This record gives sequence, C-alpha cells and structure tokens, in this order.
Amino acid sequence: MGHLIPPAIMPYVVPVICGIVIVAVLPLMAGYIVLVERKVMADMQARLGPMRVGPHGLLQPIADAVKLLIKEDIIPQKADTFLFWLAPVLSVSMALIAYSAMPFGPAFQIADLNIGLLFILAVSSLGIYGIVLGGWASNSHYSLLGALRSAAQLVSYETAAGLGLLSALVLAGSLSMRDIVQAQYDQGQWFIFAAPVGFVIYLIGSIAETNRAPFDLPEAESELVAGYMTEYSGFRWSLYFLAEYANMIIVAGIATTLFLGGWLRPFPRVQMHIFGSVELMDAVPSLLFLLVAAYCFKLAPRQPAQIQKVVMAIAGLLCFGLAAVMFGSIFTPVAVKEGIHGGFWFLAKVAIYLYAFLWIRFTVPRYRFDQLMRIGWRVLIPLALVNLIAVGSALTASQVWGLSPRLTTFVLSWVVVIAVAGFLVSRQTGEKPSPAADVE
Amino acid sequence: MDVTHILFGVFAVMAVVSAILMVTTRNIVHCAVFLITTLLATAGVFLLLQAEFLFVTQIILYVGGIMVLFVFVIMLVNLDVSLRQVQFNRQTWVAVLLAAVLGAQLFIALWLGRNALRLPARAELIAPKNTEAIGQVLFQRYMLPFEIASILLLVAMIGAVVMAKRRV
Amino acid sequence: MVSTEAYLLLGLALFTIGVIGVLTRRNVIIMLMSIELILNAVNINLIAFSRLWGDVSGQIFAIFIITDAAAEAAVGLGIILAFFRNRTTVLADEMDMLKW
Repeated sequence: MGHLIPPAIMPYVVPVICGIVIVAVLPLMAGYIVLVERKVMADMQARLGPMRVGPHGLLQPIADAVKLLIKEDIIPQKADTFLFWLAPVLSVSMALIAYSAMPFGPAFQIADLNIGLLFILAVSSLGIYGIVLGGWASNSHYSLLGALRSAAQLVSYETAAGLGLLSALVLAGSLSMRDIVQAQYDQGQWFIFAAPVGFVIYLIGSIAETNRAPFDLPEAESELVAGYMTEYSGFRWSLYFLAEYANMIIVAGIATTLFLGGWLRPFPRVQMHIFGSVELMDAVPSLLFLLVAAYCFKLAPRQPAQIQKVVMAIAGLLCFGLAAVMFGSIFTPVAVKEGIHGGFWFLAKVAIYLYAFLWIRFTVPRYRFDQLMRIGWRVLIPLALVNLIAVGSALTASQVWGLSPRLTTFVLSWVVVIAVAGFLVSRQTGEKPSPAADVE
Repeated sequence: MDVTHILFGVFAVMAVVSAILMVTTRNIVHCAVFLITTLLATAGVFLLLQAEFLFVTQIILYVGGIMVLFVFVIMLVNLDVSLRQVQFNRQTWVAVLLAAVLGAQLFIALWLGRNALRLPARAELIAPKNTEAIGQVLFQRYMLPFEIASILLLVAMIGAVVMAKRRV
Repeated sequence: MVSTEAYLLLGLALFTIGVIGVLTRRNVIIMLMSIELILNAVNINLIAFSRLWGDVSGQIFAIFIITDAAAEAAVGLGIILAFFRNRTTVLADEMDMLKW
C-alpha cells in the first residue's frame, strides 16, 4: 500500500478520508437525529410518532429531504441577494469546519491541533454571522428581531459555557483534544467527577448556544413566526437546519471530550479479566448490542404488518452483527481495538448527551427573552466564575499540601454547589407572599 | 515555492482586496462583511507566522466579538436614505495624495532597512509551545499591563453601558 | 519560509488603505472600521518581528492591542448610538453643532 501512494501526499490521505466520511455521513445523520427526536417526543407524549413513511417511519428523513429539495426557492423582493445567499452557507460551513478538530475516537480525527479546543470554540462563534446576516438580508422586521435576539443570546451564553469549560481545562493542562482525553486517562477519572458544576454550566450554556428549548425563543414556531428563518424555504432552510444539528453534535462532542472522558471506557484503568485475556468492560459493548438484538427479535413476531416484522428482524440481525464486531475486535491488534471501541464509547456518550438535550426540550417550558438574558448574565456567569476560582484553589491547595487533586476538586465543587443552593433557597424563602394568596 | 508561499499569496490578496472593497463600498453592511473577510485573512497570516494563539484570539475576539458589535450597531442606525448619500467627503483627493506620500515614506524606510531583516527567522523559540510561552511571559513579566488592561476593559464596559442607555 | 519583508509590505498596504478609509469616508462607522484595519496592520508587523527575533513579547503586545481595540470599539459605538438618537445622522459632515 505504501508503494502506491507517493510520500508527498501520504500524510494527507487519512485526514481527507475522515473529511469525506464526515461530509457524506453528516446530513444523513442529522436527518435521522430529527427522526429520533420526533420518536422520543412521541414517546414522552404517549403516542407513536411518524409511522407512515417506511416501516416505523424509518424513511421519514428521506421524504423530508426530497420535499425540501424540490420546493420552490423564494427570495423576498427587496432582500439583499448576496447576503441572503451567503448567510446559510456561512452557518453550515462554520459548523462543518468545527468537525476538523473533533476526535471521534483515537483513530478518527482530521487534525490534532495544539489549540484544538479553542479552534472549535472560535469557529462555533463564527456561526453567529449566519444568523445575524440571514435575519438582516430577509428585509423583514420579524427576521431582524429574531436574529438580533438569537445573536445576543449566543454571545451571552458563549461566555458562561467557556468559563464552565475552563474549570475542566485547568485539570487537563492542555488545549489539544487528544491530550485532554489522555489527561483523563492519566488521572484515572473523567473530569465530570472533578468539576461537576462546570459540567452543569456547560450543559445549560450549550443548550442556549444551539438555540434549543427551553432557550429557543428566537426560532420557536409560536413566537416571531420563525425568527431569522422566516423568509427561508426549501434548500436554504435545510442548510440552517443542518447547521443547527451539526452544532448540537459539536457541543456534545466537546462535552464528551472534556467532561465524560472522550473515547475512554468507564473505569479506564481498572482491569478485570473474565475468560482469560478478555476484559469485563471491553465486553460490555457486545453485551449491549446483544440485548438490543434480543429485544428486536422478541418484538418482531408482534408487529401488525409483514414488512414491519421483516424490518425488526433485519434490525435484530444488524445489532447481532455489531455485537460480533465488537467482540471480535477485542482480539485484534491494540490500535484496531482501541479505534473501534473508542469510536463506540465516544458515539455512545454523544448519544446520551443528545438524549439529555431532547429530554430537556420536551419537559421544560420555554423561557421569555428577558428571563433568558437574566439567567445568562446574573446566574450562570457569576456561578461559573466562583466555580473556576474554587477549582483553581483546589488544584493549588492539592499541589501545595500534597493532597490528591481529584479529591480536593471534588470536595470544593460540592462546597460551591451547597453554597449556591443555600443562597438560592434563602432568597426564595425571604420573598414576600404574593397578594393573590392574601385575598383568599 | 512551497505551500507557505502559496498560502501567503492567497491570504495577502484576500486581505488587500477585501480592505479596498471595504473602504469603497456604498452599502455599509457589505463593508462590515468585507472587514470580516479582511480580519479572517489576517488571522490566516498570523497562523502562517506560527502564532497559533493569536490566530484563535483574533477569530474569537475580533471577528466573533468586535465585529458582531459593529454589525449590531449598523443594524440599529441603518437608514434607507444612506444608500443614496454621497459616500466620500470633500477632502478625498488631498487625503489620497497624503496617504500615498505616507505609504511611499514607509516603503522607502523598509527599502533602506532591508538588510537588517536578512536574518533567518527564529521561530523555533516561540512556535512549539506557543500558548504555554505566551502564558508564562504574560503572567510573569507583563502582569501589571495585564491587570491594567482588565481595568481598562471594566472602564470601557461602564462607559459603553452609560453611553448607550436611554435616559430614564 | 516567507521572508519578513513580505509580511511588512502586507502590513504597509493594509495601513495605507486604512488611513485612506479614515480620511475619505463620511460615515463615522466606516471610519471606526478603518481604524480597526490600521490596528490589524500594526498587529501583522508586531507578529512578523516576534517571529524574526524569537521573542514572544511581540505577540503579547498584539494581544493588548486587540484588547484595546475591543474597548475602543465599544465606547466609540456607544457614542455613535447616543449621537444618532439626538440627531438621526451618522455622517461626520453633519456633526457640526460646535461650529460657529
């Protein structure tokens, strides 16, 4: 293989392949995440969700994509054509460029930059222009208001999320994504246990940054028509949509790398062998897939239609095949095993984080814009600053007094949580009862 | 003629062309977009100079912060009549002449001193661990300017809030 | 390796264009944007020399310049907003209330 590729382009082959995979797979993934979201929403609302298009609605994203592509491209008459074209392109390009520094496992990364984390944050912050210029170019009051509100919200929560990230970054000691995961391996724990407050701040900040509920006032359907996306239809709208879901996966990836241990399995340094050289935790992925396959086979005979039975059986077979791949790769050379298992654990954690996004969306009602800004500036940023001081002092104290860093950071983080909770509770009980209660 | 030369050519042309378009465009929102492309090209030049921390700082602060502020204010003060107003003031030709003279002087200064720049660039002292090096020097030698810069930012924040507030 | 003179020439070109922008445009916001262009040209020079001498102080100075530019843009735009509320204009020629 080495003889076929000239040495001049050898270092570029793997990154280009990774890039092609990401660009080809991402739109499909975004479509299927929308289907998962609709199914989860239906499940939480005690109904079934899309069931018509394809068995169990599995072809729904493809139908949606075809509809969007063949829709008429409407441009408002007085719209600024250059900016109207440029805005969705900006949003999507910035979302995709951020993928170049994101590692999806130890073997799948386009570029391991020294400043990988800062690069992703910088490029994500450029996505604001897609929103602001789109709202402006539509030449409509609703679009402009929605765009300005969305941009203000993004800028406010970017600061809070960045400060939350910093509290995990001081534990890692490097900005390179690979080094951050390596630091979690060296310290033997995920950073979420050392800086839990930072994780919660980043979770809330990332929900606001991707314009998801409960912070989705700028784009909700019942407010301001659809905000900055009002005048966009067809393919341009689908570009905005793709940018939003790509951003969701990026923030999930950052949270996974920084707080949830990246591609490390749970208990990364604990070795517990079962049958000889097989590790307990390494066999967990194949066990999980076997369970899902068994569930599919159990459900297959109970489906009402023939095609649904066949699809359930095929899904069961696929899961069984994946379980076999996961188990078989334990016996391959270490690099291959780390690549496949690392990819599985990373994607599993990203999926759990995105499930948290969906869960919060269908549980909590929407915030009004002034409440949103108040939470961002008056609650999250002071809390993030206090947390950063706490984690920093804990680290310094552990170095000065020779204690274990993870214990001191953990203890001090919980001190911060209890202090903040006590403060909030005392403010709550100190309020006067409302006049309506007195009337009764 | 390797990759760095080609990239430098691309970034330099992009920066200069965007800058010229910025000072001559009639539509002020387009001016802001051209300034954004100039700043991005400048960030690329910083990366070519192996200043990776400045590269991300330029993008986060300048393009992602200052230019967002500009675009907000442009959208708040934009008048439809401004597209038909005269763009250049009455001193344009004198100003261009004087700027050309200034540019020529600076160019002559560069030309006369060109032999001093023939040293090989010593990037290996700053490039490999750029962020760490900046952090070390910033928090040890330049601690006082750092603190003064933070007070400056506080003053600017208070000033901007007071100026932009409506009278109650 | 691109020579240092090329970077200094690029800085010179951007500086001259920025000076022309400040002196010739009537719109105050475009004047402010041209000032940002001048500051960027200075940053390019500083970092080119920082690489030449292997001293990181040039990059630190560039960080301070970016910080200052942010502060100045914020206050300047605040002033422009306040003036616009009173006079509904952002053209430098029409800000002549102090003329006799």
